[in-house]
Amino acid sequence: MRGRSRAMAAAAGIIAVTLTAAACGGGGSSSSGNSGNTANEITVRGCTPQNPLVGGNTAEVCGGNMLDLITRKLVHYNVDTAAPELDLATAIDTKDNQHFDVKIQSGQKFSDGTPITAKSFVDAWNYTAYGPNGQQGSYFFEPIEGYAATQCTDDECKAKPKAETLSGLKVKSDTEFTITTSEKVSNLPVRLGYAAFSPQPEAFFSNPDSYKTKPISSGPYQASSINDTDYVFTKNPNYQGKWAGKTDKIDFRIYNDPSAAYTDVVANNLDVTDIIPPDQLVGDQWKSDLDGRNGTKPQGVIQAFGFSPIDSQLKNVNLRHAISMAVDRATIVKQIYNNTRTPADSFVSPVVQGYKAGACGQYCEYNPTEAKALYAKSPGYKGTLTFAYNQDGGHGPMATAVCNSIKNTLGIDCQPKSEPDFKTLRDQLNKRELKGIFRSGWQMDYPSIENFLAPIYAKGAASNDTAYDNPKFDAKLAQAAAAPTEEEANTLYQEAEQYLVQDMPAVPEWYDEAAYGWSNRVENVKTNAFGVIDYASITVKSS
Amino acid sequence: MVSYTIRRILQMIPVLLGATFILFAAVFALGDPSAGRCGQRPCPPGYIAKFRAEYHLDQPLLVQYGYYLGKLFRGDLGTSFYGNPVAHELAIRYPTTIKLTVIAILCEVIIGVAAGVLAGIRKGRFLDNLVLISTLLVISIPVFVIGNLAQLVFGVKLEWFPPTAGQGSLYELLLPGFVLGALSVAYISRLTRNSVVENLRTDYVRTARAKGLSNARVISVHTLRNSLIPVVTFIGTDIGSLMGGAIVTERIFNVNGIGNFIFRSINQKDGQSVVGAVLILVVVYLVMNLIVDLLYGVLDPRISND
Amino acid sequence: MTDTEQLTAETRDEAARAGGSAVNTPVAGGRSLWADAWRELRHNPLFWISAVLILLIVLMAVVPQLFTSTDPTYANLSTARTPPNRAHIFGIDNQGYDIYARTIHGARASVLVGLGTAVFTLIIGGFFGLVAGYAGGWLDAVLQRIGDIFFAFPLLLGGLVFLYTFPSNPGDPFIEMVAKIILVLTIIAWPQTARVMRASVLQVKPSDYIQAARALGASGPRIIFRHILPNALGPVIVIATINLGVFIGVEATLSFLGIGLQPPTISWGIDISNASGIGLVRAAPYMLLFPSIFLSITVLAFIMLGDAVRDALDPKLR
Repeated sequence: MRGRSRAMAAAAGIIAVTLTAAACGGGGSSSSGNSGNTANEITVRGCTPQNPLVGGNTAEVCGGNMLDLITRKLVHYNVDTAAPELDLATAIDTKDNQHFDVKIQSGQKFSDGTPITAKSFVDAWNYTAYGPNGQQGSYFFEPIEGYAATQCTDDECKAKPKAETLSGLKVKSDTEFTITTSEKVSNLPVRLGYAAFSPQPEAFFSNPDSYKTKPISSGPYQASSINDTDYVFTKNPNYQGKWAGKTDKIDFRIYNDPSAAYTDVVANNLDVTDIIPPDQLVGDQWKSDLDGRNGTKPQGVIQAFGFSPIDSQLKNVNLRHAISMAVDRATIVKQIYNNTRTPADSFVSPVVQGYKAGACGQYCEYNPTEAKALYAKSPGYKGTLTFAYNQDGGHGPMATAVCNSIKNTLGIDCQPKSEPDFKTLRDQLNKRELKGIFRSGWQMDYPSIENFLAPIYAKGAASNDTAYDNPKFDAKLAQAAAAPTEEEANTLYQEAEQYLVQDMPAVPEWYDEAAYGWSNRVENVKTNAFGVIDYASITVKSS
Repeated sequence: MVSYTIRRILQMIPVLLGATFILFAAVFALGDPSAGRCGQRPCPPGYIAKFRAEYHLDQPLLVQYGYYLGKLFRGDLGTSFYGNPVAHELAIRYPTTIKLTVIAILCEVIIGVAAGVLAGIRKGRFLDNLVLISTLLVISIPVFVIGNLAQLVFGVKLEWFPPTAGQGSLYELLLPGFVLGALSVAYISRLTRNSVVENLRTDYVRTARAKGLSNARVISVHTLRNSLIPVVTFIGTDIGSLMGGAIVTERIFNVNGIGNFIFRSINQKDGQSVVGAVLILVVVYLVMNLIVDLLYGVLDPRISND
Repeated sequence: MTDTEQLTAETRDEAARAGGSAVNTPVAGGRSLWADAWRELRHNPLFWISAVLILLIVLMAVVPQLFTSTDPTYANLSTARTPPNRAHIFGIDNQGYDIYARTIHGARASVLVGLGTAVFTLIIGGFFGLVAGYAGGWLDAVLQRIGDIFFAFPLLLGGLVFLYTFPSNPGDPFIEMVAKIILVLTIIAWPQTARVMRASVLQVKPSDYIQAARALGASGPRIIFRHILPNALGPVIVIATINLGVFIGVEATLSFLGIGLQPPTISWGIDISNASGIGLVRAAPYMLLFPSIFLSITVLAFIMLGDAVRDALDPKLR
């Protein structure tokens, strides 16, 4: 189990995430050791966040990377294993997976000096969930009791929702609050490390707009200046957690094109880039450009393509399996990505607990003979099969290669279709007006097999773009959510996954690996299981 | 001259209205910007509702445009999707773009005029053809290829210049400015060459030669001054397109200027930001055009604006 | 202040933009301007070189099968990035396509975009410029300001906004996709041609021979088409040939930004933008080199042709 340190009181049926401070080696003990050294600062690649840095209102990477530095959550995901470890919480207890009792550390403070209490959490969560506040992270609170009552009833949100707060959240004392969910949720504690679950100080609610220039921090760093070219973060003196930053200052330089950031890192003009442009992967050039200062790591991302729910020609399961088996994943990964991806053999990323190797079986293996045989059994596909992808993510070469592989094997006229950006693709999917197949990537929100199944394939789920609807699959998910132990839950989730293999609403392609590079003046650059650089642990080489 | 200027300025108003409306309609037609603002997931309905109401996206096109014009008359360029005033977003970017444009113009003038004069006095000879071919070659290579190669060779390999210009200092902007100006070098050298050829034939140059003035003096004093008139015109109208055309260059060199801002805003379907940014480009263009026309009267006394 | 005086400044301005010098008063005598120009052209080697090149390129665009029998849409990914060799003289690209076949077949879309846009801007811009210049007065002012609205948009920017609004899809008929690019480029580029046209009409209009024709009682259309148009066309043609190259380049840039032509269309622009990443330039330079060379030669050929025509039309430059 990937060396996860996890204690579990199985007999009582209690899932508790325990402190693993000892196992962590007390990471942040020398937090302010270098404060006298003015050069103890780093510059890293950043991109412009879409919204001000508010934990409950950021669902994209640009803002998310920065947000990680200035939010402290109940649970912290282990950088190496993604295992949840208690951070602000001292205990998260439950007897039935439906009523949770959360105790938090006392004496903790926000960067503005006000204390972090149970109320900071409950108020922040209520604010994020409440429909009229229009927060992006609202859906994270869906499992909590009373969520429906806080949502707008009409599209325009003209009528006020029935309730302003979630009935499932109760403050018991300054250091304790309870969560009640409407259904059983076995992995709730695992979810609580996501930024949407971070606390907010009083000052936020009176003036959320102030976060545009000066967000208040609960994490190891705080924003010192935010402008168009740089988002600069300095150490938060009020942070008392275990994951304090190693450098005094982190400057996110804003780049619109990752290639420019890469060039700067090669020239030692920038300290860290978390993206290596795909064309630099060719022939491992980036490894010679960044000799001794590059790294890769599996991350919780799976790339797949979905079958359009409105394309009647794609309903046939034999056809779907044939298409999946016509994709030569190994060659594409080798030629297009220079092996910085791993061909997928399941619907779930290997970095999470619950991943079962080879779950997808023969259907995710390239087999032209079998693919042709299956295709012959199906009614076939007439006309042009389009593979829609968003151009802004650099997916063009892979879409072309996948299409060529399908075309060469099955003789289907497959053509890549570039949408200018992710929004346009998203928009067409929402309106269900996209035919053919479409790219669908999933980066986990929290490290759990559930996060790779429920949000994407459960009936009516927010990201169920393939409109997958199998009552048996949904029943298994519900059963798994109510399972008393994580092991049992995972077994049930794996059984649910088998329905996906049979019905194939989407075709798993490969798992992404995070590839990153750094300058010759820093060291200790690594990513967490989400593929995000752990900026706080980077150190400047002592000269 | 004054009444002419006033008339031209008055004529700008309908042009600006037309341009903003077309832009506004184009961005409107891009579709709903609220989709896909939430990473890989669809946005919650509450978020979309709030967002749409804030930017009047739930209104028909003409109403939205009305709101926009109303604000514009009060000197308000609107609010970007990030929540900052567009005027502020532009104010922090324009200095960089202006610096970049000035560098580009200096590059194109220095190189272009020099090449043009050389070609002009050696008309039909090898040097003339060399200038012709080499400048045209630059036109025929897409700007992103030139930009990428320049960055690789001068920025990364030779390390003569910083490979990117994120901070916007003059030194950083030299390389992108050169790339941006490269396209126009061809135009300027052509213009100068032809002007020089024409002027070398005129009576006053013949007279000057007959007086026994040195060749250098004839060219520098008598020919060049008159030959530069079309070049000045060209630069005037080129400024507008340089600023707008910097989209690609600014992307490659990570210049935080108007081009990058416009590209990102189009990407985000951020109507007010796009219109605001382009509006200023249009004004710059119109004003430069007017200045050029007025300058004519000054540079060439034979032409009168009144 | 009279209108003509006001316009003088702009006239010079346009003339300058047209590439140096506008058409001058035609030489008197029996030979027409065009016959003269042709005589001049025949003796210009630059003209012949460009004409032969253009002929070859057009041939390539019309019947690519003459030059290659390889299928440009067949990709064998496992052979990707093979350097040029006997079987694949230009090498194999990143996806496993034969670069030579793609380059030959890419001519069609690129040439169509360039030629199409150049012709349409010539027709539309030429027409409005002619009307504005000949009619003068309020019609002139209105047409000019309308032109300003479009002209003020930088070409790339307008293309970006427009093509984001009306994107192309794969499987769309080839001609529809190309037509869209031509349309958007024309919408933005026509005012430039119109201004040049108007300027040269204004220069031609006061000439003695026009006044003479008018005095002899020639009708308006006759004066326009018989006398003004032929003499004012020179600078516009020059602009059109130079722009033709520019349009081909813009198509490439639109592809680079992800909104140009879509597969299965093959064009130099698509191939160049696919090959332009620095990593690929270093690993497989031939991917960029060959389509670029073809694009450059095409652009050069048209510009040289325009140059030669201009020289031939301008007696002063002889």
